[in-house]
Amino acid sequence: MTTWHVILIATAATLALKLGGYVVPAGFLERERPARIADLLTVALLSALIVVQTLGAGQAIVLDARVPAVIVAAALYALRVPFVIVVIAAAAVAAGIRAFT
Amino acid sequence: MDEVTEADPGRRAALRDSLSVGLATAAYGISFGALSVASGLDVWQTMFLSLVMFTGGSQFALIGVLAGGGPAAAGPAIAAAALLGVRNVVYGMRMKPLVDRGGPVKRVAAAWITIDESTAVALAQSDDRSARLGFWLTGTVVFVGWNLTTLIGALIGDALGDTRAWGLDAAAAAAFLGLLWPRLKRVQAGAVAVGAAVVAALATPVLVPGLPVLVAASVALLIGWFDWFDRKEAS
Repeated sequence: MTTWHVILIATAATLALKLGGYVVPAGFLERERPARIADLLTVALLSALIVVQTLGAGQAIVLDARVPAVIVAAALYALRVPFVIVVIAAAAVAAGIRAFT
Repeated sequence: MDEVTEADPGRRAALRDSLSVGLATAAYGISFGALSVASGLDVWQTMFLSLVMFTGGSQFALIGVLAGGGPAAAGPAIAAAALLGVRNVVYGMRMKPLVDRGGPVKRVAAAWITIDESTAVALAQSDDRSARLGFWLTGTVVFVGWNLTTLIGALIGDALGDTRAWGLDAAAAAAFLGLLWPRLKRVQAGAVAVGAAVVAALATPVLVPGLPVLVAASVALLIGWFDWFDRKEAS
């Protein structure tokens, strides 16, 4: 599969899901359990992506400049610093550590 | 006259919410554009995602999994993007009675801009008219802003060259954390986040890149199905 294939298939899937809410008979996901799972699914995926993006290097787990960068990011989010500034700060921490080590 | 003066505060609130949420969200586009190019997509591919897919979580997931696993991660990347789009089905169901009042073109337009932000602003309004205004205006502001800033970010990312030296891999992790943060108000969500993180870390050495993220999603299925850790608010 080329990158374009991946992009086209994934885009078709997400668009179909968006339309799905408007065309499927109402009710199914309004029920408590499916709605709860849909909600928690987002949390689980984002959390897993953070771990992989912070610690993963292919199939290895490594501790490098990304770890302190993410800790700084968490502290800044806790202080309600806006998203864009936090992302830039995280990049700066990692870049700084790499420049001086 | 009475009706106008009564409707005005609602309309003003919808306008204010739409613009502030819309502009704040649009700013994320810079990080998406830069990270997308850093993960190996070109500027056209990056723009296609922001224009057509147009749902931030799925876009970040797609490029994140591709960056970590390369071409071998194609399947998991598609699955991760699709799974993160599942919540848009719920949003669509909530928005349908409010905004689906026209032909198929209007329905597709509504579905297209059905995202976290447009839904949240609509639900926050006190009457249906303001909610409709909030939905369409927020969706439009985010769409225009998100695409403009994606382009700027992609061009910056293109110019940066060695993205690791600039810390863009850490920026991607921080971006995911920013998407997760507002969802952690409930104990149950926190438990899912911790569980999924542990599963992803344990699965990374033994599974093909990309798959650990999908396996970790099962934590949501398990905890959500049995409704474990259901205490209302984190204290």
